[in-house]
Order: sequence, then structure tokens, then C-alpha cells
Amino acid sequence: MSVMKRLSLVFKAKANKALDKAEDPREVLDYSYQKQLQMLQQVRRGVADVATSRKRVELQINGLKQQSDKLTQQAQKAIEMNREDLAREALTRKSGLTQQMNDLNTQLATLQGEEEKLTLAQQRLQAKVESFRTKKETIKATYTAAEAQTRINEAISGIGEEMGDVGMAMQRAEDKTLEMQARAGAVDELLASGALDDLTAGPTDDITRQLDALSSTSDVEAELAALKGINAPQQTQALPGADANAPVIDVESTEKKAEQ
Amino acid sequence: MIVRILGEGQYDLDDAAVDKLNQLDAAVETACKGTDEAVFDAALEALLDGVRSMGTAHPVDAIDSSDLILPGPGSTLAEVSEMLGDEGLIPG
Repeated sequence: MSVMKRLSLVFKAKANKALDKAEDPREVLDYSYQKQLQMLQQVRRGVADVATSRKRVELQINGLKQQSDKLTQQAQKAIEMNREDLAREALTRKSGLTQQMNDLNTQLATLQGEEEKLTLAQQRLQAKVESFRTKKETIKATYTAAEAQTRINEAISGIGEEMGDVGMAMQRAEDKTLEMQARAGAVDELLASGALDDLTAGPTDDITRQLDALSSTSDVEAELAALKGINAPQQTQALPGADANAPVIDVESTEKKAEQ
Repeated sequence: MIVRILGEGQYDLDDAAVDKLNQLDAAVETACKGTDEAVFDAALEALLDGVRSMGTAHPVDAIDSSDLILPGPGSTLAEVSEMLGDEGLIPG
């Protein structure tokens, strides 16, 4: 038998089971409606759970991006200081982070997809539950138990199918979310333990420490150069309308000295 | 005829469309017996596309059972066989 026929039979069998339990078929309507409302609650919670997971992954991606940017800056600084070895080390670490970010981006796309699907499922179920409520009251008001049977069967199996579908979508979203949480937990641990933060804090190949040492030297040089007035002309350009205040006078006098 | 794509909703299809879909369904059925995910994925996608293109969306507030139910897009062989297994689809 074809896949689609078999699948339909599985659904029908489940719906029939629900009907077999009741003595007065009209009781089934109320019972089913309660189940539907519970299901709607669960789906809403499910949507919220997926959204929470998604936001967490987004935060982690941002965190990794900051780390990655920091390493890029360090590499740049290292190159400026002719320390290709340090730059290489920074870029190597950065590529590790990039891989992790790619992985998280894939997870993010999956979660966004599940969130979207579940939101749509919720809207579909909501519409059907509202329509079921009306139908239920009509059936109870209009028909005797015996007469109502066929209509109840129709309504119950129709809504049962929708519930089954939504239930599966929820299960799927939940599985994905749990999967993500397990992995996200590992990244959180990594961030919290400082393993990423202190990537540069190794005992011997400490990029930051070495760069700091180098930059404090170069900072001194830069400051010395500033004192000698090498950067001063730019400052006067930046303040064209400035009055004859002290720094400008100093700069001008330094320039004159340089010309002499 | 009402056809449901799991996770997507219901579609109305006329008999001529269903005849065409039966051919596509046969391909899915064959793929189901094999182990090649790519073949199954392509067959399922073709069937789902057929339903979407030949059918029209069934009103969202209508409570009707479907005549046929199809696995949703991206379903794996394992997922489909699980759906068809003893556990059934609806929890509880």
C-alpha cells in the first residue's frame, strides 16, 4: 500500500480509539475540546521555548563575533609591529572561532525554521479549535445522542488529525531545541570558563601580553613623537576656527622650530 | 479529495490530480523500500510539489479529515518508517 494511504490509516485508527472510549458521544466533544485547549497551551509554550533557544544562540554568536574581532585587531597590530608569528597565531585561533560561528549559524537557521513552522501550526490549530467550539455547541443543541454520532465522528477525526499533526511538529521542535541546548551549553561553558576570553593568556605565547609589551614601547614612541610635534599639524587642521589658545600656539612654535 | 502535508496543512485536489499524484507516490513507495536518502528525498519533494501546485489550500477553519496524508518536507526515511510503525503518529 502506498505511503500516503498507510499514513492516513494510522491517523484514523488513533481518532477512532478516542471515540470508542465514550458512552455518550456528546461527552467526547467536551473532552476533546479540553484536550484541544491544553494542546494550544502546549504549542504556545513550545513556540516560546524555541524562541528562547534561538535568542540564546544569537547571543552566543555575538559573543564569538566579538572574540573574533578582537583577534583580528590583534593580528593587525602584530603585523604593524612586524610580528608575523603573533599575527599567525591570532588568525589561527580566529579560524577556530569562525568554524564554531558557522556551526551556530546553522543551528540558528534550524531554530528559526522550527519557530516559524510551530507558529504557523499554532495559528492553524487556533482557527480549528475556535471552529470546533461552535460546531460542538451546535451539535449538542440540535441533535440527540444517536443522531449526533456521525457529525461527532467527523468533527473528532478532523480535529484529531490536526492535533496529531501539531503534536508531531511540537515534538520535532522540542527535539531540535534540546539538541541545540546541549550544544549551546558547551559553548556557554567555554565562554564562561574564559577559554575563549583568555585565548591569548597562554603562559609562553601570550599574544596580548606580547602585544601589550610591544605597544607600550610603541606608545612611548608615539607620545615622544607627538611631543616633538610630528602629529601636531593635523591637530591644527582639525580645529581651524580655534582661537589662539595655548596648545595651538605651542604647535605653531614647534612648527617654526622644525622649519628653522 | 483532501490531502494533508504534515506540518503544512490541507489541500483540495480533484480526481485528475490524484491520478497524477499516484505515479509520484509510487516513486516514494519504491524509495521507501530502499536506503538511499537522496532518492527518497527527491521522490518525496516531487510528490509534495505536485500536491502544492495542483491543489488549492483547504480553508484553515474547516474541520475535515484528510483522505490522504503525506509526510512533511525534509522527512527522513527513518522518520517516515517511525510514523508508520506501531507507535503511530498521535502521542497518547
